[in-house]
Amino acid sequence: MDAFTTHTGTAAPLRRSNVDTDQIIPAEYLKRITRTGFEDGLFVAWRTNEPDFVLNQPAYADASILVAGPDFGTGSSREHANWALLDGGFRVVISSRFADIFRNNSTKAGLLTVVLPQEQVEALWTAIEADPTTRVTVDLREKQVGYGDTTLPFEVDDYVRWRLLEGLDDVGLTERNLDDIEAFEAGRPSWLPTATPLS
Amino acid sequence: MPKTLAEKVYEAHVVRSAAGEPDLLFIDLHLVHEVTSPQAFDGLRAAGRTVRRPDLTMATEDHNVPTLDILAPIADPVSRAQIEALRTNTAEFGIRLAPMGDRDQGIVHVIGPQLGLTQPGMTIVCGDSHTSTHGAFGALAFGIGTSEVEHVLATQTLPQYAPKQMAVTVTGRLAPGVSAKDIILAVIAEIGTNGAQGHVIEYRGSAIEALSMESRMTICNMSIEAGAKAGLIAPDQTTLDFLRGRPHAPQGADWDAAVEYWSTLRTDEGVVFDREVVLDAATLTPFVTWGTNPGQGLPIAGTVPDPADIADEGRRRDVEQALAYMGLEPGTPLREIEVDTVFLGSCTNGRIEDLRVAAELLRGKRIDPGTRMLVVPGSVGVKAQAEEEGLDQVFLDAGAEWRGAGCSMCLGMNPDQLQPGERSASTSNRNFQGRQGKGGRTHLVSPSVAAATALTGKLTAPADLTTAQA
Repeated sequence: MDAFTTHTGTAAPLRRSNVDTDQIIPAEYLKRITRTGFEDGLFVAWRTNEPDFVLNQPAYADASILVAGPDFGTGSSREHANWALLDGGFRVVISSRFADIFRNNSTKAGLLTVVLPQEQVEALWTAIEADPTTRVTVDLREKQVGYGDTTLPFEVDDYVRWRLLEGLDDVGLTERNLDDIEAFEAGRPSWLPTATPLS
Repeated sequence: MPKTLAEKVYEAHVVRSAAGEPDLLFIDLHLVHEVTSPQAFDGLRAAGRTVRRPDLTMATEDHNVPTLDILAPIADPVSRAQIEALRTNTAEFGIRLAPMGDRDQGIVHVIGPQLGLTQPGMTIVCGDSHTSTHGAFGALAFGIGTSEVEHVLATQTLPQYAPKQMAVTVTGRLAPGVSAKDIILAVIAEIGTNGAQGHVIEYRGSAIEALSMESRMTICNMSIEAGAKAGLIAPDQTTLDFLRGRPHAPQGADWDAAVEYWSTLRTDEGVVFDREVVLDAATLTPFVTWGTNPGQGLPIAGTVPDPADIADEGRRRDVEQALAYMGLEPGTPLREIEVDTVFLGSCTNGRIEDLRVAAELLRGKRIDPGTRMLVVPGSVGVKAQAEEEGLDQVFLDAGAEWRGAGCSMCLGMNPDQLQPGERSASTSNRNFQGRQGKGGRTHLVSPSVAAATALTGKLTAPADLTTAQA
């Protein structure tokens, strides 16, 4: 996973709530067995069917920060949604509420999710709609979003922040605690099931 | 200090707890399917890692599988490659696989309980958000992403934070023709698609205790549609009766030891939940969705909402966007909405009880000639049992299609899809735009509403059929 410290770019306003992961990337793109190359599926239905869709507008073509309505990333656990956003050039998604699995997957994939109150999201929408070239900086070290004269602090779990700043792999961290896992396994009740085929 | 059921299960699985870090949680059962696992296995290979506990891991093929000609090679080369990747990966890493054609194959959330692998007090994960289904047994079961699939494969653990606790209490008794699906659709409409974010929901109360295991699974299945981490129900005699004698259930002295432990798996008196919602089952009627998220539902007697009645700009825009996609006019009675396709199946409603309920309504009748009905059992086991009971013939005689087992039209990764503009009444779990096929329009319903709708070609409650005959 790539480390995330700070990112500056332009931002695209996605004025929709309840953007489910089926919209971020439909199921037909999930048949692939690779971990990259999902940009063609990103919001493909809206990009295809709605000429005015924000990501079809040239002014937002290079946006790397997505500013979405509440309840972003609901539904399916598909991490392909996070990969598609990264493949599509996004490093940050800002919303007032995220679905839990999407947010958790983001921390594994290296996509930063930032929660801001809805009124701050609305103000940011207004700013980037008025001037799509507005530079927005998301600084994970300082835990703040900045644009123009505005600086907005955001909350992030300290452990998640540390992992993202260092670009650390969870599996490697867990493997340091192998002794604990072995001790736990030794104490499990013997009647618990195994999936081993029965003769 | 009194604890909730979910807290007890969580705490019994903490491998390591340290300040400033997430807890490390042991996973008792890892279910794997073809869609969310190939990149995880690639990750293991790239790092030179093995699967720590192949004996606690079970794989099946479900999302891509065709429901016709299931023994022929899959026609879609991309689907076929994904299935083949699962076969290669499970063989290489020594994981049991129930492939197409196997008697244990089926939707991952149907086969776990069917085999008795899903038991009270366990932690169960799968790269699939509907893993919450297994909570019906008093297990802590939740969906994970592919990076976490890799983590569980490698370590049999997951870093976790203790979730918040929510109670959904359903009092009273359900009226005839009203089912578990109506309860959960009503709950989601009440609290919204993110109403349980960060929480585990415990479903309790007399109406929940009266439900069969199949119905409990339907409710827990859709916990994710309310944004919950997981949903669960305390094990009781109904749970034991379902489990006893299943292939992987404990036997003899092991059964007694397990039952003794399971009897401790209830929420203590005096617990204060972080959030509580109470519903009276007696007030519920069949529920259907009109919009493009599972929270956009109403009793079937209702009418399509009018955005003009909504003051909040964001919510008004949501409803406008949903109605435009669904091709619905405000004020239209839901009962007047005509459907093209009825889908009976999925991890929500593809179990034997669901097929029985629908077959009973269809017995001796013919479905509407302009409507097609797909019946897709949740597993090969469910299919075999239905055929033993003659349900397949009831569906066929009524003019429905009787298919092989899999996820099918719930998400259309196989050929079972809606055409653009087609409208379905579906017993599945998501009415998202394009979920059942590009441009397809989905109304979520219970199995009995699905059957009644197939008979009339319009959204119909089972009680409407008797009214019409009388």
